[in-house]
Amino acid sequence: MEAVIVNNLIKTYPAEKKSVVKALNDISFKVNAGELFGVIGPDGAGKSTLFRILTTLLLADSGTAFVDGFDVVKDYKEIRKRVGYMPGKFSLYQDLSVEENLDFFATIFNTSIRENYDLIKDIYVQIAPFKTRRAGKLSGGMKQKLALCCALIHRPSVLFLDEPTTGVDAVSRKEFWEMLQQLKKQGITILVSTPYMDEASLCDRVALLQNGAILSIDKPTVITAQFNNTLLAVKADNMFGLLQVLRESGLAANSYPFGEYHHVVMKDNISIEELGNYLNQKGCTTVNIQKANANIEDCFIALMRNE
Amino acid sequence: MKQFLSFVKKECFHIWRDKRTLFILFGMPIVQIVLFGFALTNEVKNSQIGILDMSRDEASITLANRINASRYFDLVTNLQSNTEIDAAFRKGDIKMAIVFPEHFRESLLHTNTAQIQLITDASDPNTATTLSNYASAIIGDYQDEIMGQNKLPYTITTQVRMLYNPQLKGAYNFVPGVMALILMLVCTMMTSIAIVKEKEMGTMEVLLVSPLKPIMVIIAKAVPYLLLSIINIISILLLSVYLLDVPIAGSIVLLFAASILFIITSLSLGLLISSFTNTQQTAMLISLMGLFMPTIIFSGFMFPIENMPLPMQVISNAIPAKWFYYIVKSVMIKGLGVEAIWHELLILTSMTVVLLTISIKKYNIRLSQ
Repeated sequence: MEAVIVNNLIKTYPAEKKSVVKALNDISFKVNAGELFGVIGPDGAGKSTLFRILTTLLLADSGTAFVDGFDVVKDYKEIRKRVGYMPGKFSLYQDLSVEENLDFFATIFNTSIRENYDLIKDIYVQIAPFKTRRAGKLSGGMKQKLALCCALIHRPSVLFLDEPTTGVDAVSRKEFWEMLQQLKKQGITILVSTPYMDEASLCDRVALLQNGAILSIDKPTVITAQFNNTLLAVKADNMFGLLQVLRESGLAANSYPFGEYHHVVMKDNISIEELGNYLNQKGCTTVNIQKANANIEDCFIALMRNE
Repeated sequence: MKQFLSFVKKECFHIWRDKRTLFILFGMPIVQIVLFGFALTNEVKNSQIGILDMSRDEASITLANRINASRYFDLVTNLQSNTEIDAAFRKGDIKMAIVFPEHFRESLLHTNTAQIQLITDASDPNTATTLSNYASAIIGDYQDEIMGQNKLPYTITTQVRMLYNPQLKGAYNFVPGVMALILMLVCTMMTSIAIVKEKEMGTMEVLLVSPLKPIMVIIAKAVPYLLLSIINIISILLLSVYLLDVPIAGSIVLLFAASILFIITSLSLGLLISSFTNTQQTAMLISLMGLFMPTIIFSGFMFPIENMPLPMQVISNAIPAKWFYYIVKSVMIKGLGVEAIWHELLILTSMTVVLLTISIKKYNIRLSQ
């Protein structure tokens, strides 16, 4: 059974001089119940708009969407009872303590902390030592954990997390994803959006979103497997010079900085030796060329170029 | 119900934990009453005067003493010449000079007529008029006295009675005004800010994606401010009765009922403002410029509405504070009952109903983008 169904959603915002910005351009996809589904895309791709439409906060211009079998326009009241939503911006009461925030959200969802404590226990124990502290005084990671607790307290059937790890340190990010895996085991469908490509591999399935359109949608492993060009990681003394040489060479379909290496997508029929010789000719020193496995970011860049 | 109580509790936490605002909310009525009562008064008390007495006879000295003895005047300087009068006014030492010409008593007794010159500083016209009136009254009293039994053949005596406020105290006028001002400020501005704050902080987004009904959010937001305003009314009334000696002539119950009605009017106005603003700053500006100023100008407590040009008189009818001011004056100062103010009560009630309906209709069940 599908927890979320999206059919041909279009959403535009008015922009300057009567023109419009297309935030979502004819999007369709489905999310299975119990799935951890990632919406991956850079800032401005339309992630938040999509989440707001699904959580009944915005109306789409056209298209339909169903959450848990309910129409987001007609049955918005039903949806609001059963989904959990964590907006991108920290949206709890800064002047209330951790415990008061949690208690408040439990009550407005007609439940109590005790009733669903088992669901949030693993997360809550981490912030419990600070339960009398005002939410505004928590660290970024702690805030996210509290917000997650508040979004979970009524045992939602579908959980929408809009960029939960943006602005959170690497350790807290890792912990956060581990928590999501735990929640998945409880049978909660989770939709999570993120601009971090490296988080894609932690999802069951991902949709790559760019300029309001879905570039690709599948299991992360399937998406990376579809990358069928040769991908090389190249390093040299002068990295900036190297990139220029690579781009002028005509041997690479695309080359871009990637961590401490440059990733080079090779044109067909060009071997590693050819590239190595060319770079040596051009005076690049201590050149190091390795074969690399494409990850989601490489796929994303390749898909963007194909657009 | 449990949801509602929890929401109200949360609102109370917000108010209680913002100590500075809390202090302003409770301190404001006290400061305003004290300010209006003792500093910003247009009553004339202990005005400095100078006397130039060129006759120095029994009559002029008696009259001068009487004037000095009244609580309106305070003799600060005995002037010696006409040039000194000018100098004293220029220096701002005196507000009025009284000049007795030579042979004051003689001419009074022999020619049956004598003149006294009152010179006032009319750079403030109201004070000047008031001072000369007070002085004329004292002089008139003295004249009646020396005339004794020798009544003039034809006299018309005016008998003036200052109803409701025999001592002409300014407090009778401004206590109702301050009540209107403070309730307007607390209810309208604070509720609109409280709701817009949820939008600004992003918490509204979370509240919307919850089973909470819009009407519940609105009422829960308003309840703490309703309670706060009632406390403010009590403190204003206590201050005015015990500090300013303004008695409550009419029914306290009626006064409270009318105040609560006005509070609800102001609250719904605040809700309306919050429904079409998105930042606390705009909400505050609209409340201040759009409501606070008109309340001062059009409620009639600073400037009499009857003296305004017709278009402005018409506008003043749209200001809820005008009606509330009239009600409080009628009940508290004049001691009138509900039969005298039902008309105004009805106007306030219909304003409230209209405002509430619009603001509940306009309450966004989604994000307003």
